[in-house]
Amino acid sequence: KNEIKGAGQDVGRSCILVSIGGKNVMLDCGMHMGFNDDRRFPDFSYITQNGRLTEFLDCVIVSHFHLDHCGALPYMSEMVGYDGPIYMTHPTKAICPILLEDFRKITVDKKGETNFFTSQMIKDCMKKVTAVNLHQTVQVDDELEIKAYYAGHVLGAAMFQIKVGAESVVYTGDYNMTPDRHLGAAWIDKCRPDIVISESTYATTIRDSKRCRERDFLKKVHETVERGGKVLIPVFALGRAQELCILLETFWERMNLKAPIYFSTGLTEKANHYYKLFITWTNQKIRKTFVQRNMFEFKHIKPFDRSYTDNPGPMVVFATPGMLHAGQSLQIFKKWAGNDKNMVILPGYCVQGTVGYKILNGQRKLEMEGRNTLEVKMQVEYMSFSAHADAKGIMQLIRMAEPRNVLLVHGEAKKMEFLKQKIEQEFSVNCYMPANGETTTITTNPNIPVDISLSLLKRESVPGALPDPKKPRIMHGTLIMKDNSLRLVSSEQALKELGLVEHHLRFTCRVHIQDPHSEQDTLNKIYSHLKTVLKDSSIQHLPDGTLMVESILIKVSTASEDPSTKILLVSWTYQVQDLRRILLKCIIQSHLAEIS
Amino acid sequence: MKLYCLSGHPTLPCNVLKFKSTTIMLDCGLDMTSVLNFIPLPLVHSSRLSTLPSWIMKDGNTILEKGFKDCAGRVFIDSLPEFCLPEKELLDLSTVDVILISNYHCMMALPYITEHTGFTGTVYTTEPTLQIARLLMEELVHFIERVPKDQSAVYWKSKEMWRLLPSSLKDAVDVTTWKPCYNIQDVNAALSKVQLVGYSQKIELFGAVQITPLSSGYSLGSCNWIIQSHYEKVSCVSGSSLLTTHPQPMEQSSLKNSDVLILTGLTQIPTANPDGMLGEFCSNLAMTIRSGGNVLVPCYPSGVVYDLLECLYQFIDSASLNSTPFYFISPVANSSLEFSQIFAEWLCQSKQSKVYLPEPPFPHAELIQTNKLKHYSSVYGDFSNDFKQPCVVFTGHPSLRFGDVVHFMELWGKSSLNTIIFTEPDFSYVDALAPFQPLAMKCVYCPIDTRLNFIQVNKLLKELQPLHLVCPEQYTQPPPSQVHRSDLMLDVQMPLMAYKRCSVLTLPFRRSFERIEILPQLADSLMPIEMKPGVSVATISATLHSKDNKHVLQPPLKTMVPPLSKKRKRVIEESTELKAPKPLLSGTIPVELFLATLHKNGITEVKMEDTSEGHILHLQEEDTLIQLEDDSTHIICDNNESLRSTLRDLVLRFLQKL
Repeated sequence: KNEIKGAGQDVGRSCILVSIGGKNVMLDCGMHMGFNDDRRFPDFSYITQNGRLTEFLDCVIVSHFHLDHCGALPYMSEMVGYDGPIYMTHPTKAICPILLEDFRKITVDKKGETNFFTSQMIKDCMKKVTAVNLHQTVQVDDELEIKAYYAGHVLGAAMFQIKVGAESVVYTGDYNMTPDRHLGAAWIDKCRPDIVISESTYATTIRDSKRCRERDFLKKVHETVERGGKVLIPVFALGRAQELCILLETFWERMNLKAPIYFSTGLTEKANHYYKLFITWTNQKIRKTFVQRNMFEFKHIKPFDRSYTDNPGPMVVFATPGMLHAGQSLQIFKKWAGNDKNMVILPGYCVQGTVGYKILNGQRKLEMEGRNTLEVKMQVEYMSFSAHADAKGIMQLIRMAEPRNVLLVHGEAKKMEFLKQKIEQEFSVNCYMPANGETTTITTNPNIPVDISLSLLKRESVPGALPDPKKPRIMHGTLIMKDNSLRLVSSEQALKELGLVEHHLRFTCRVHIQDPHSEQDTLNKIYSHLKTVLKDSSIQHLPDGTLMVESILIKVSTASEDPSTKILLVSWTYQVQDLRRILLKCIIQSHLAEIS
Repeated sequence: MKLYCLSGHPTLPCNVLKFKSTTIMLDCGLDMTSVLNFIPLPLVHSSRLSTLPSWIMKDGNTILEKGFKDCAGRVFIDSLPEFCLPEKELLDLSTVDVILISNYHCMMALPYITEHTGFTGTVYTTEPTLQIARLLMEELVHFIERVPKDQSAVYWKSKEMWRLLPSSLKDAVDVTTWKPCYNIQDVNAALSKVQLVGYSQKIELFGAVQITPLSSGYSLGSCNWIIQSHYEKVSCVSGSSLLTTHPQPMEQSSLKNSDVLILTGLTQIPTANPDGMLGEFCSNLAMTIRSGGNVLVPCYPSGVVYDLLECLYQFIDSASLNSTPFYFISPVANSSLEFSQIFAEWLCQSKQSKVYLPEPPFPHAELIQTNKLKHYSSVYGDFSNDFKQPCVVFTGHPSLRFGDVVHFMELWGKSSLNTIIFTEPDFSYVDALAPFQPLAMKCVYCPIDTRLNFIQVNKLLKELQPLHLVCPEQYTQPPPSQVHRSDLMLDVQMPLMAYKRCSVLTLPFRRSFERIEILPQLADSLMPIEMKPGVSVATISATLHSKDNKHVLQPPLKTMVPPLSKKRKRVIEESTELKAPKPLLSGTIPVELFLATLHKNGITEVKMEDTSEGHILHLQEEDTLIQLEDDSTHIICDNNESLRSTLRDLVLRFLQKL
């Protein structure tokens, strides 16, 4: 039985609780960027009303470093209180605290908010983190094991398989099924989990070819720069930013363009350094060529200084954060928004409530702090470079993993409904889409593992015949259940193990047949007849004048009163009484036939 | 279960394990000590080497004159060097399903095994092992191919020559199996068969066995392998280290409870302490530089060289070597230095945490940045412009038979100011130096071998407690040079099987159980009977489905009544196959109760007779005898089928059925 709690039909705050085989695992611990109050953190009171988190949770798994997946981690571990293990990949462990600190600075230092976690809390929280490698099977405890798979979405993004006994869940986090300029495609083996919990951000979109989108992007940037406009690209410091930098860098080189490209905040260089050190997490091409040329050493892209904002002439600026909700990107946006020569390109998803969300939805007059309104004249472009799987990709992943159930999260209800139908149609598996705070219970019916004795397994039901691997065989045995162990052995062995003595039940009867020949001849005749009829049984002619068919004994003697009547003394055990019946029928029938 | 031992070299093993229908090769080490019998390959023409006198055989035979050179009383083959391969005739290599590699040194024979042998399997190893092995192989191929050799000895391997060969070759392992180096195509083809794995990853092989690599602490990405089924476990400990150097520490606990532990790759220098050697290395280096000499360090392009550079990084300031140039010369020097920085996941904790800052894990990045360490692909080109003396040069190959090191031997060998410091433990330094004698340069031997020593391994085995131990025969006796040192051998309690080249061991295994799965529907239909408190049994009749070595029991198919066929034989066949056999019986029949039951069923006239073993009941009316004994019942009854079944059912009431 699996229970899935929390998370839901909304992009912005991932936190899922899975109960599997008696273990409770929290998948991601994200924060909602669209809220500024308590609603931005997941509601842990659901769990804590019955005790501390540490007692309840067996482990916490974080799929990647985006704040909507890890933003509430220090809040949970340090403010609510959790001391158990937290798992994430090495790059996530490296980058996550930087983004958390960055976000904390914007929220607390700039906005002056209280009731937020401190720098020290981030550090303490990260001490509880255990880094995992791809495909490494981590034994959380004796029963619970987890395994990470490459997810492609951002540097270090991973999907996780959670396994308890024969039951398993795969949580995808955010993933991307098509390789891009710096990351590879997500991959999972055919692990046949009970459930796949998949994100569904782009549940209905089947995105056009990546190349087209790139060309489109370059064309727009180029045109704007040519006519002397400024291009603002709000990004998060790590992830999409690096891909777009590689894209622009190569374009600038090829076209020999001179307009400056800047990257805001001091994080950039550091961020690129992470990419250099974690080059094994990038795509094949970059990994292969990194010794000759490291793709993350940019020639055309220079660090940005705030004073450049008012410089005349064209420029391209990457600025953080990506949803225009605070920080430098918002400041630059405010300065440039009034000029229709300029352009803002939003390369990622924007959460409801952010400036990015508003302008993307056509709002051109924005209310700012105080009573000011800001008129947006600059061109607003949305380009989905977000490395999420589209509907095709989600289907592809389901095909790869072959789950028995699918559960969609991290998407919008309407789109999910469409995808749900498609999945149920194509794979004929159950598909669920729980709302926030809703619990989904999925009953699994796992096979029961049993130890079978090798001699029984190798024993062939038909003696002499070669076992045909394609043909199912019939197997008979005894299952011994003792101290939680299940063992399947042959009945004989079971008797022996239980210390029981076999009770032999034997029957004997005499059959009279008419046969004038000698005893020896009669026996021979029966022998050769049985040989032709009962091909699969072992028939032996013993030296003492007895026939043995499996364990049936046949003896021939002549009746004292009539030499032409022969008496067959037949003796058999209870186990072969059916064979005995067939055998006698054969003998008698053949004799009748001969006589008539 | 059998183990085929294809290599006799204890640190470069090549064993093949046959286990549960799989054939698994464990490592494929290439014994390169054979190259010590060859004349060095100089980069530039060396008049000294080319004018060495030919070796004259005792019987004055001249056929071989061209093929052999004599240098200071030792004989060298004047030909491209050849390597001693793992035994290829002991079993058909095309039947090997998988090859498990423990570290990059134990992978060097891979192209010989996977190419031109019909091998179609998969090679498993970690990413650092693959990348560094590629560098080592590329370097080796490059070293040998860039020096064309016009004359080469050909006849020395023929049978007639064998008795004439110098003793060093006579004693060597079967020289006829020696082979020249592979080429780059073979390297690429061999490495394309590698599948990458991570530490503690569980990999299923054909559904029959599970293999898991565990960190072994010896080198970047090095691992020990566990091969197990549900009931058997074989651990392969090959080249492990308990010292804290750059790789991730050795994972020990998972090696416990093994049925068999195959132990290879212990330290080759059991008497030297690596830390002490590192200190000696630094002090000798500093001393030579101070007196104006050059230091030559023959090394592999990866491995201990990282530790040497790190040690020097800390040492440079205190020894005021700030202005001394350090050169690292290898065709793969740059790649090796770059690769070392990107394998954070495979490094020890302290190096890992540096990456989180983010800083390069190895300090040689800083040495390069500050221009203290420079790397070149060879002595040609840029190096000759930048070259300043006195300096320290790290370069290969440690055998001193090929690579740029040969050039420096010729260059610096005549001056007693210079020093050569041996750190790699794979070759005897005396043999390595032999073709350069007479030599004026100082020679320091500080072998650094971080692999387990005997004290460590004896303690480790005491903790791991494998039921059986398999190891090369060399570990069961003190080294031949120190026969009195009984501490330099294995000292263990468990039964030990020693192997040598071409041994075939039968491993002591008795498999008696296998894992099978029962469908829940079938499980629901079972009716368990409690036989004893806590012990229940249930009889199962089910169909067995076997696929990919996995077995599943499913509820038996509904028995179809076989259609009345004219062929009786066919009916018989099907009916015997589909019907469950009668259960085995157990128990004792209580006579009094049985009699009472007979009465109830209308059989009243029973005469009972006691025998030594039990009773005989005579059913007089029916003319039937029943012999009752403690563990048998015999019903003798003619031609009365219905009575017989009645009696049978009555008897069965008192017995347990299995």
